Amino acid sequence: MSVPHAKLPAWAEYGLIPLVNLAVAFLISGLVVLIVGESPLEAAYHMINGAFGRGEYIGFTLYYTTTFIFTGLAVAVAFHCGLFNIGGEGQAYIGGIGVALACLAFDRTLPWYLVFPIAIAGSTLFGALWALIPGWLQAKRGSHIVITTIMFNFIAASLMNYLLNKVFKPLGSMSLETRTFDTGGQLPKLDWLMSIFGLSVGSAPFNISFLLALVAAFAVWVLIWRTRLGYEMRTMGHSPAAARYAGIKEAKIIVITMMISGGLAGMMALNPIMGEQFRMQLDFVQGAGFVGIAVALMGRSHPAGIIPAALLFGMLYQGGAEISFEMPSISRDMIVIIQGLVILFAGALEHMFRPAITRLVLGLSPKARDVAATKGA
Amino acid sequence: MSELAIELKGIDKSFGLVHANRNINLKVRKGTIHGIIGENGAGKSTLMSILYGFYQADSGDILINGRKADIRDPNAAISAGIGMVHQHFMLVENFTVLENIMLGAEESQILNAGITKARAELKRLEKEYALEVDPDAVIEELPVGIQQRVEILKALYRKADILILDEPTGVLTPAEADHLFRILEQLKAEGKTVLLITHKLREIMAITDEVSVMRRGEMVATRTTKETSVEELAELMVGRRVLLRVEKGEANPADIKLSVKNLTVRDSRGVTMVDDVSFDIRAGEIVGIAGVAGNGQSELLEAISGIRRAKSGTVLLNGREIDVTGNADPAELRKRGLAHVPEDRHHVGLVLKFEESENAILGYHDDPKYRKGMLLDIDAIRTDAEEKIAAYDIRPPNPRLKTANFSGGNQQKIVLAREMERDPDVLIIGQPTRGVDVGAIEFIHRRIIEMRDQGKAVLLVSVELDEIRALSDRILVMFAGRVVGERTPDATEGELGLLMAGVEGRKEAAE
Repeated sequence: MSVPHAKLPAWAEYGLIPLVNLAVAFLISGLVVLIVGESPLEAAYHMINGAFGRGEYIGFTLYYTTTFIFTGLAVAVAFHCGLFNIGGEGQAYIGGIGVALACLAFDRTLPWYLVFPIAIAGSTLFGALWALIPGWLQAKRGSHIVITTIMFNFIAASLMNYLLNKVFKPLGSMSLETRTFDTGGQLPKLDWLMSIFGLSVGSAPFNISFLLALVAAFAVWVLIWRTRLGYEMRTMGHSPAAARYAGIKEAKIIVITMMISGGLAGMMALNPIMGEQFRMQLDFVQGAGFVGIAVALMGRSHPAGIIPAALLFGMLYQGGAEISFEMPSISRDMIVIIQGLVILFAGALEHMFRPAITRLVLGLSPKARDVAATKGA
Repeated sequence: MSELAIELKGIDKSFGLVHANRNINLKVRKGTIHGIIGENGAGKSTLMSILYGFYQADSGDILINGRKADIRDPNAAISAGIGMVHQHFMLVENFTVLENIMLGAEESQILNAGITKARAELKRLEKEYALEVDPDAVIEELPVGIQQRVEILKALYRKADILILDEPTGVLTPAEADHLFRILEQLKAEGKTVLLITHKLREIMAITDEVSVMRRGEMVATRTTKETSVEELAELMVGRRVLLRVEKGEANPADIKLSVKNLTVRDSRGVTMVDDVSFDIRAGEIVGIAGVAGNGQSELLEAISGIRRAKSGTVLLNGREIDVTGNADPAELRKRGLAHVPEDRHHVGLVLKFEESENAILGYHDDPKYRKGMLLDIDAIRTDAEEKIAAYDIRPPNPRLKTANFSGGNQQKIVLAREMERDPDVLIIGQPTRGVDVGAIEFIHRRIIEMRDQGKAVLLVSVELDEIRALSDRILVMFAGRVVGERTPDATEGELGLLMAGVEGRKEAAE
């Protein structure tokens, strides 16, 4: 007998349940702050104010959001095909090579709007190639993608260490980074967008790659739900046996999916390299690849969910930095704890409150009950 | 009137919004064989799970031997004297019979004393109920029929007076099923009470004393078996009159459409599952493959449809070879006129999480008519799905509904509509009515015969012998990977049963 599973209306499924999960995560985070001996309310104030209090803060929040949209989409695309790509970190890191090469080659000769497309192509290509190898190993050799992509993160880190040291570092420089790009390698900030709302972006590196992230999110939606490739990916993800039955070429789809996933992760490199630092630094990814996993989980691998989830994590990053600045006894690690709790409740314990909420929602609304009843029939 | 072994009063159980059992009342007399019959999803399994302590009823009472019993878990059920033989056996495959029977009833940390005692007790039980089993045989080496006996012994060893059997004959040959029924008669003679859950009307008529019919979570009737008929029970199950016989005219076989020659298929462990099988199917005929599940039928279908690579042999589709030993491509075979309704619709034939319309194009999603430039033409896909829904009376008629929310019969219709509406030359069908309600079976059988009459070549695999006999124009029997005989549909069930058990086949092969 199948386990009957009541269907919730969309607003509860995609709105209420994530909000309840989030609220619980924050509640427990508050308790942790209390244990440290600080006021949770004060921390919450600094978090919110630090993330949204001023145009500049919002700019920083959206800058992080941009990064997390890319890595979140990367994880989500692979996820639809049943592949758990843990390698976003390494793919983004290697994607940086593409950005750096484009900028180093053309920053003095071309304007940014011509360098940008080249850098997009470069970052996508390098990220995709870095994901191609684990994808190929999975498709042809059955090496588990989770293991290989984790390993490839380490290989990427070592490789970049070497490249920054021996190849990219200008002679005589002490720090592991490329030279600073000229204007052709610098993306314009989105101050015009902020000024529409009467805000000033200030020193925040909120740049045009945010718009690229939104375009990418839409493109991913089209890919997954409106193309044959997306259909084949989803079939594979839900049921490999059905995919074989339908004549879908398993190996081909795995490799292509991983390359798309890696390409999206690679695009993330545009934001810090061309948008903020104007150079490629050691470890510029800073864990964004892993945050992408949480973003995709929370956003249920749907672009419409990934954007708000990325915003949430952008807020945690920016607001969290502000907390640790204003309240010295709370370190940045606190933010990691809050993130962990969010992941725990939104991802792992997603179904904990579902039965109670289902009862409540269906009990209160007779219309929702009718919907559920016809769907259950 | 003898006393009651089981009495259920007002049992009610809901899962969320699904009302699985509604105010069930049931009286089972001691020392009888009592059948519970109903369609899939009628609530039989839920009711038995409540009786055996897997679920708790929301309300209602269970009385065992006249006393109210509080059955919180299976342990409580066992101590109340209830034993259950599940549809899927709960045996440790690499343990011996004795070890399996002792499992959970070892009595002490050191096993020696327990083993001696268990062996003696097992001997006694075997004698008393004529249930011969070698106590030292390893389970995985025993045939299914014997494994089932071990399950029964397990229950008896735990001193069960009431035995529940859930769809016990699904995995048995007719001969094994007969043997099981003799065992059940013996148990009855010894004063045990047997509760037999099944959807096969014939079994109910053959062995039970009384029968209760469930429909949509309710107990709709209880009859004395002698005083009822198959027709009445079928009508009670479905809630309307049902045609049990399929109307079928003469077959007009024409050209050979599918030709299988010396096909050998091995499974992933390297065990030969299909062994040198050859046969032809002509346009306008249905060839049925009978056999107990697991004798190579699944692998045969998979090899022909290009899902599983064959070891050797050739298959010709419309006279052209299919590369079954190499890279046969299911997508290409579809284009060449081969349609395949797979045995396992839940994992192979459908993606349950997809919308109905998405499943209606599975395997045919390459078709340009579903495409608009680079993108899928969602409107065309949905319109197409709506047409099929109308033609096959799929309910609810909503192409956007998630496939998992359709009943088994309607899910099967989604697959059939997809494969049949393509006008294929050859149609391969595995287990067309497994887990499908009686009402839909009638519809599906009619469709299959229509396909034949339109001149398609149909290969039908089913473990339901009745279905094979009702639909096929020729019957091939598979045993241990080989085709051990060919019969016409008027072959007796006994004859086919012997072939299925591999008895007759060996003789024929030896000749």
